[in-house]
Amino acid sequence: MQVKNYSVFDIIGPRMIGPSSSHTAGAARLGKVARKIGGKGILEVTFILYGSFAQTYKGHGTDRALVAGVLGMDPNDENLSNSMEIAQKDGLKYEFVLSEDETAHPNTVKIITRNEEGQQSEIVGASIGGGNIMVTEINGLAVEFTGEYPTIIIRHLDKPGVVADVTHIMDEFQINIAFMKVFRQRKGEDAFMIIETDNDVPKAVLEGIRNLADEILHVYLVEGL
Amino acid sequence: MIKDFVNGSDLLSLCHKEEKKIWEVMIEREIYISGKSKDEIMEYMWGNLKIMKNAIEKGLQEDIKSVSGLVGGDAKRLRTYYETKKTLSGEQMNKAVASAMAVLEVNASMGQIVAAPTAGSSGILPGVLISAGQDFGFDDEVIVQGLFTAAAVGYIITRNATVAGAEGGCQAETGAAAAMAAAGLVEMMGGTPEQALHGAAMTIKNILGLVCDPIAGLVEAPCVKRNAIGAANAYISADMALAGIQSIIPFDEVVDAMYKVGQSIPCSLRETALGGLAATPTGKKIYEKVFGSKEQK
Repeated sequence: MQVKNYSVFDIIGPRMIGPSSSHTAGAARLGKVARKIGGKGILEVTFILYGSFAQTYKGHGTDRALVAGVLGMDPNDENLSNSMEIAQKDGLKYEFVLSEDETAHPNTVKIITRNEEGQQSEIVGASIGGGNIMVTEINGLAVEFTGEYPTIIIRHLDKPGVVADVTHIMDEFQINIAFMKVFRQRKGEDAFMIIETDNDVPKAVLEGIRNLADEILHVYLVEGL
Repeated sequence: MIKDFVNGSDLLSLCHKEEKKIWEVMIEREIYISGKSKDEIMEYMWGNLKIMKNAIEKGLQEDIKSVSGLVGGDAKRLRTYYETKKTLSGEQMNKAVASAMAVLEVNASMGQIVAAPTAGSSGILPGVLISAGQDFGFDDEVIVQGLFTAAAVGYIITRNATVAGAEGGCQAETGAAAAMAAAGLVEMMGGTPEQALHGAAMTIKNILGLVCDPIAGLVEAPCVKRNAIGAANAYISADMALAGIQSIIPFDEVVDAMYKVGQSIPCSLRETALGGLAATPTGKKIYEKVFGSKEQK
């Protein structure tokens, strides 16, 4: 196993709202990923909680952290504990459903959002400790990324040449790719490209990818830890 | 140019070769591995110190209540006591202890903290370094240096063992935090790198085997009080080290022993809330009160 190159701020950090890095900070980050995938103007959100999340969410403020994330807050936002009130004021409807289904990781949540255009999106992810997360599903398609690095998520049609076009743009902007994975449902259909980078990703990169070809359906960015 | 180190003996030889303190070596390592400038790194640590100070202030002055209602207000209670009465362990010690408790209470009430190295052990390092800094009239710069010394110890423990209660019990979590704090204190007080690691080693030895048994699985009780004893442990171990007392077992071997002890702690005593204080009649009653009568899995 490769030894992680721990930064001084992995040890004295992260900055966060308590009480638990896995049940609170990680939950907020999962909520924020759902916000990115859900698109502009999210009006409704349903959280389906599994395992330890389902059992102990109240005591750890997991519910408030999830709502805060969907509102766009970071795990260290001091308004995190007031997220329910802020959601009510902003007109975001939320609902929590407890599931007894078994999941691979005990702290798992499925987040279903509906935006002002009536578009429904969903992600499944787990909080895996120390504020770290693992997203395992986007809109029913199995994926895998941690959000530790800035992550570009590209939904596209599975056609030859798309991957090369995207990496060409990354090269133009001198962005180093740390990890890259491609997931698809069936040949020629919907696919996801997950690109984790070493550098922050400027807006121009996302615009460039978006305008590449009709095969590119959506481009999202999840900022790193 | 300092690159990386993997354990305590590595760190000490670097300190000797470069004639540098642990905190200096840690900053240079960070510049190397992150590619960031020294200014950026220092600025971020100053920001962390500010959050730590705010949390202490809040916990010592305000009426805190945790999300579950189980903890809160004890830091303030202890402050009132040491400010108005002659205490057994003295004002300096009580202040460090109360400050550590303050941060954990703020954490439990969904306030802002800096994990050090975890949220559940986030009180010890700021409590100890900041109150010692005040008592000795140190500039904040010295406290920031102490944070880098502490981070070096935390990094070595994380890399070679664990700082997660779920993996190594409370000895790994508050034990690491207290060892970090002891090393930071020693260098802040002018001790040598060797003395800093002796302080860290003695700290861990003092609580080897401590289990993680949070009531109702919450980061509240006994966590607040274990941060209190962690602060006291760091103070006493740092004093011993500064007096020239050495750990008979070297730091790296203590870390290794701690890791092995952690692996042999049964799962019920590693953050699962199935054993220890969590499994007492009162612990179970509190669980039902917070989460309803559903049987704890």
